[in-house]
Amino acid sequence: MNLTLKIWRQAGPDDGGDFATYDVRDISDDMSFLEMLDVLNEDLIGKGEEPVAFDSDCREGICGQCGLMISGMAHGPDVTTTCQLHMRSFSDGETITVEPWRASSFPVLRDLVVDRSAFDRIIQAGGYISVNTGAAPEAHSVPVPKANADRAFDTATCIGCGACVAACPNASGMLFMGAKIAHLGELPQGQPERDSRVVSMVNQHDAEGFGGCTNIGECAAACPKEIPLDVINQLNKDFRKAKKGAH
Amino acid sequence: MSDLIQDLYREGEPIADTKCPDGPIENRWTEAKFENKLVNPSNRRKLSVIIVGTGLAGGAAAATLGEAGYHVKSFCYQDSPRRAHSIAAQGGINAAKNYNDDGDSTYRLFYDTVKGGDYRSRETNVYRLAEVSTAIIDQCVAQGVPFAREYGGLLDNRSFGGVQVARTFYARGQTGQQLLIGAYQAMERQVTAGTVEAFTRHEMLEVIVVDGRARGIIARDMVTGEIETHLADAVVLASGGYGNVYFLSTNAMGCNVTATWRAHRKGAYFGNPCYTQIHPTCIPVSGEHQAKLTLMSESLRNDGRIWVPKNRDDCDKDPRDIPEEDRDYYLERIYPAFGNLVPRDIASRQAKAMCDDGRGVGPKVGDFRRGVYLDFADAMERMSRDQVAAKYGNLFDMYQRITGESPYEVPMRIYPAVHYTMGGLWVDYDLETTIPGLFAAGEANFSDHGANRLGASSLMQCLADGYFVLPNTIRDYLASGPFEKVDEQHEAVVEARTAVTDRIEKLLSINGERSVDSFHRELGHIMWEYCGMERSEEGLNKAIGLIRSLREEFWRNVRVLGSADTLNQSLEKAGRVVDFLELGELMCIDALHRRESCGGHFRSESQTEDGEALRDDDNFAYVAAWEFGADRDGDDVALTPTLHKEDLVYNFIELKQRSYK
Repeated sequence: MNLTLKIWRQAGPDDGGDFATYDVRDISDDMSFLEMLDVLNEDLIGKGEEPVAFDSDCREGICGQCGLMISGMAHGPDVTTTCQLHMRSFSDGETITVEPWRASSFPVLRDLVVDRSAFDRIIQAGGYISVNTGAAPEAHSVPVPKANADRAFDTATCIGCGACVAACPNASGMLFMGAKIAHLGELPQGQPERDSRVVSMVNQHDAEGFGGCTNIGECAAACPKEIPLDVINQLNKDFRKAKKGAH
Repeated sequence: MSDLIQDLYREGEPIADTKCPDGPIENRWTEAKFENKLVNPSNRRKLSVIIVGTGLAGGAAAATLGEAGYHVKSFCYQDSPRRAHSIAAQGGINAAKNYNDDGDSTYRLFYDTVKGGDYRSRETNVYRLAEVSTAIIDQCVAQGVPFAREYGGLLDNRSFGGVQVARTFYARGQTGQQLLIGAYQAMERQVTAGTVEAFTRHEMLEVIVVDGRARGIIARDMVTGEIETHLADAVVLASGGYGNVYFLSTNAMGCNVTATWRAHRKGAYFGNPCYTQIHPTCIPVSGEHQAKLTLMSESLRNDGRIWVPKNRDDCDKDPRDIPEEDRDYYLERIYPAFGNLVPRDIASRQAKAMCDDGRGVGPKVGDFRRGVYLDFADAMERMSRDQVAAKYGNLFDMYQRITGESPYEVPMRIYPAVHYTMGGLWVDYDLETTIPGLFAAGEANFSDHGANRLGASSLMQCLADGYFVLPNTIRDYLASGPFEKVDEQHEAVVEARTAVTDRIEKLLSINGERSVDSFHRELGHIMWEYCGMERSEEGLNKAIGLIRSLREEFWRNVRVLGSADTLNQSLEKAGRVVDFLELGELMCIDALHRRESCGGHFRSESQTEDGEALRDDDNFAYVAAWEFGADRDGDDVALTPTLHKEDLVYNFIELKQRSYK
């Protein structure tokens, strides 16, 4: 198929940006969206133009490094990562708009590449269980009911891609944060720090400039790992409880 | 120094692992930990360690050394440490917990691993690995890693290729992700504590060696292009493997050999470079545009049955229309004891043999059908579709997304692909390279790898190195401090820095006709064709010639656009391909000199009457540790490495011909 691409080009963090239009030809259904961009880039290099910078690494839907707004949707029309979006989801002759994640907490570094280190700082604020290496008790000494273990797993599958933030009109990071709160909060190991964790993480989230949640639900709808929206309820509940306890 | 052998390499003095303790094998690690010197807590904060890479080995090591109180600087090329490629490992992690009372033990895990490595790994190292395996599970559970559990709340296990006990712990098909997130969170905790300083989007481009010791690195800030000098008392490379030398592999796009190759060029020996692991269960190639290959977890072989049509005429039929009697379940037929769970090398080679025999399935790419069926029809009858979905659902979804076919309806198609590299920097028992103060952990080293690895061993080895081994061995090195402070103007620092800036300048100035990717793809074709699953003397000699002329053309004709002082992905790739071009040649030289078939490495000149790999213990029971050598520096057309042999001595396990029949 042949496609027209309108791609955001921005030379650096402090530069203004604009859309550039490119045509790509002979794109096969089996290509991933990123392989299609590889084809474009080879073409640009051939013409002596600088290729479009975009992030990707594992290209199998798990590392979370790729992330593009494709025709206004985080990761594009299918609920998956951009690297697992295949060209069979598009049709011949289509015009596709490609932009970087849109959120002031994720500043653009170049073209389609953004800085998501705010997510790391939210984890640094308490998204862990404090246990030193070598100090762990025998694994079977703490049984975890299967239902809790499954819920912990379901929420631990978050890949930190940032689609939730990019999809949210408030650019809120609460689905990302809620996933971690739910994951660790389901486990007996996560209980001692449960209150302090949620308070520090929420404070950091707000300090990074992410917006609050107004229950729109776009985050969960765009999440390639299907993190359920109710992790935000759990987050709010934990937060209220922790604040109460602090009085 | 001896003469050139085959005009390609020289043989130098033998090398030995002098730090490995003696005595009963089960006491050696305990003894080593006791013998290693201690560093008092108040001195630890005065000592600094650079760790390159934030995967299972690097992330775990950063967390652990940070907890101990050392000052750690951690580097990764990704935008966050959480994206290291360990995250993509699917299947599971082994540990000798014997939770099922099915006869497992430290000794059995040790035995299975040495055998699975086709007797090309070090006995003592593998014993240590088996010994610390149980503590890894305890550690990860305490961190909140959500392993699969039984209804009673205890951990579930499954069995994996090549073994007959269920010792593999897993978190659905995302074990690597969950283990990595555990290590990442532990590391981020230390960032808050102030013991770990994290540098993301930074690429290490040179090691700084002062007075024979590793004292730092030169790194490029990939956003600003700034070339930075980072000094420390010791350097750890946990930068992963080099499977991307094949261009198409299961590795992430950014996985590269630069950190270890730059160290190799500075004097660190490279062990067994030709030992690459070919994984049997990948999604077959669909066309020329392809950028990477996707692995399907090997755990699928627990319940899926592998087959091809008995008749070549059936290959283009819908598999559901091929009756049972016309299907060849070749692994179950040839290896009745292990069936579909034979080790990776055997499963891979047999798949290739079936396709070479004209019985491959799926679309033709070129003239060949490169695929075999992995069929879950029986499993769905036995367990119900829902149970299959609970066990493998995410893998089935991934397969469907990529191929457009549902494995619930049609058998999956799989084909082998390059996966894990078992060669890497040569290290001693302390994980120290031949450059004092330079350590290598996880996939970046060669140490516990055999010619082939069993499933679920690599996660175990990376975490063993990161959490337990390295923190205990580097301590001994650091205890010999305090080290003299190095000045940024020191000759060795300036030299390393200049080497980096010169190389970048040169890459940007060539302005030739061909893109970096086109060179990388061509190198990959050469490597897969001649240094892949099956190798021959003739093919390898041809490959070396082809690589040399490709390298010559690269330096004359590559086109790298843009500038050095911005985010420039072409420049990043160019630097990595430079190193792959040199590594590729060394891999071929290593493969050429190893005239035996061993594990995943099949030399066509060395096989048994019925076509199985034929090892040659009399001549090749050694580690090949290569020392860098070049005829001319800079654009050297030929490398002339020196081979140092480390004899593999087996005192506790008898060397046997492997048989899974």
